[in-house]
Amino acid sequence: MSDFPKPKPSFIWSEILPGGAHWSGVIRRGTVLRLTDLEGNANVAMLINNLEVKNERYNMPDTLKAQKTAFLTAPNMCFSDMGRVMCSIIADTCGWHDTLGGLSNASLVQKKYGIKTYQQAHNDYFKNAYDSLLNELGKWGLNASDVVPNINWFSKVRIEDSGQMTFVPNHSQAGSTVDLRFEMDCIVCLSTVQHPLDPNIYYAPKPVELSVSKANPVLADDPCRKHRAENERAYYNTKTYYGENPNE
Amino acid sequence: MNKQFFTENRVVYRAVVAAGDPWMYEVKAGQYFRIVDLEGNQAVDTLFYNAQDHSERYSATDTIREQGNIYLTTGSVLQSNLINPMLTIVDDTCGRHDTIGGACSAESNTVRYAIEKRSMHSCRDSFLTALGKCSCNHDKPMTKADLSSNINFFMNVPVSPDGHLDFDDGISAPGRYVEMQAHMDVLVLVSNCPQLNNPCNGYNPTPVEMIIWQ
Ligand SMILES: [Zn+2]
Ligand SMILES: [Zn+2]
Repeated sequence: MSDFPKPKPSFIWSEILPGGAHWSGVIRRGTVLRLTDLEGNANVAMLINNLEVKNERYNMPDTLKAQKTAFLTAPNMCFSDMGRVMCSIIADTCGWHDTLGGLSNASLVQKKYGIKTYQQAHNDYFKNAYDSLLNELGKWGLNASDVVPNINWFSKVRIEDSGQMTFVPNHSQAGSTVDLRFEMDCIVCLSTVQHPLDPNIYYAPKPVELSVSKANPVLADDPCRKHRAENERAYYNTKTYYGENPNE
Repeated sequence: MNKQFFTENRVVYRAVVAAGDPWMYEVKAGQYFRIVDLEGNQAVDTLFYNAQDHSERYSATDTIREQGNIYLTTGSVLQSNLINPMLTIVDDTCGRHDTIGGACSAESNTVRYAIEKRSMHSCRDSFLTALGKCSCNHDKPMTKADLSSNINFFMNVPVSPDGHLDFDDGISAPGRYVEMQAHMDVLVLVSNCPQLNNPCNGYNPTPVEMIIWQ
């Protein structure tokens, strides 16, 4: 076993999340969560809440407005509704992640794929992202009011000039990764159910790997902080929240 | 939906909401709700709740996904977080309305404009002021956690196919209006946006008129 690759010194833990699964956990400030699309065409619906003040949460409009973008990639930051940075996208081999398409729900999944219950299929029963995330949110004392516009990692939804939304199939390749450096202690809730606009007629959700490592210190010339003046001000707000000198 | 033509004798409520003010009112199922942009280019940040159960509320992502288009106009069905139709836009002389731009807040103003802008008035402060004083949710208080996605009536937030998003000059004009019919009893919470830092209202917040008729 001597040629078995040694994990990097910064490595903390990893876990494989099957397709159609849901997950939640605390991702700490100063760590990097890497999401890996193991087989291609994965979708990871994510909601983010502050661990301490739970009604502070990822805010799609503030994230998009501040960075003048309708999708996420490096070096974007994910802003909370309190003017702070929850996480920074420090690397991305996929290039476009959706934050407008929202979540699948029970009626949508039934309309698209039919019904497959636990009684018929055991753990391969058809899940939907809304119920999956409600399930995880509940474990932290959160509820339906916390189901706000979410991020759909690895999915691409193009917006035509007319406003029409088009899901782009075969967007994410096997092995695509996105690295999220957390700037706050956060509750992260995930669902790996297919994107609600995915035209695939088969229920075929894909697995992803979650991998957490220790982040390098965030320097003053960090590309995410430097991306726009808005990003630096949100980072300033995050530092003051943690009682740190905001100008470092 | 059989559209009725507006006549004065069908009006059950009418009020002017001054620039920067909040407004809250219940529109009953079947009633029509018209917002008039009196002076043009105003942004009207609006939240809708099921009046019987506030945990059911307007959802921007469900609305745009169900109609396959990010802009709202005549024919748009405003969906709740449970994918129930709350209201349908039945008339619109403006052309389109935004629902991905969200509402301004003291905290987001520090990010978008300058740290010193925190003390300026904002839509979220207006929402919280209205919620803090109301007994609309019976004995259960409503808080910031209840501020979900909103519509910005009369606001222009174009998105391009390469994913660029911008805040542009309004496309509204004096007297333009949007009108919707309620499918359920809806509690409407509005902040007539006080934003002085961006072009969505021409740097000049102005009053709007609310008309409910049946
Ligand atoms: Zn607004
Ligand atoms: Zn506003």
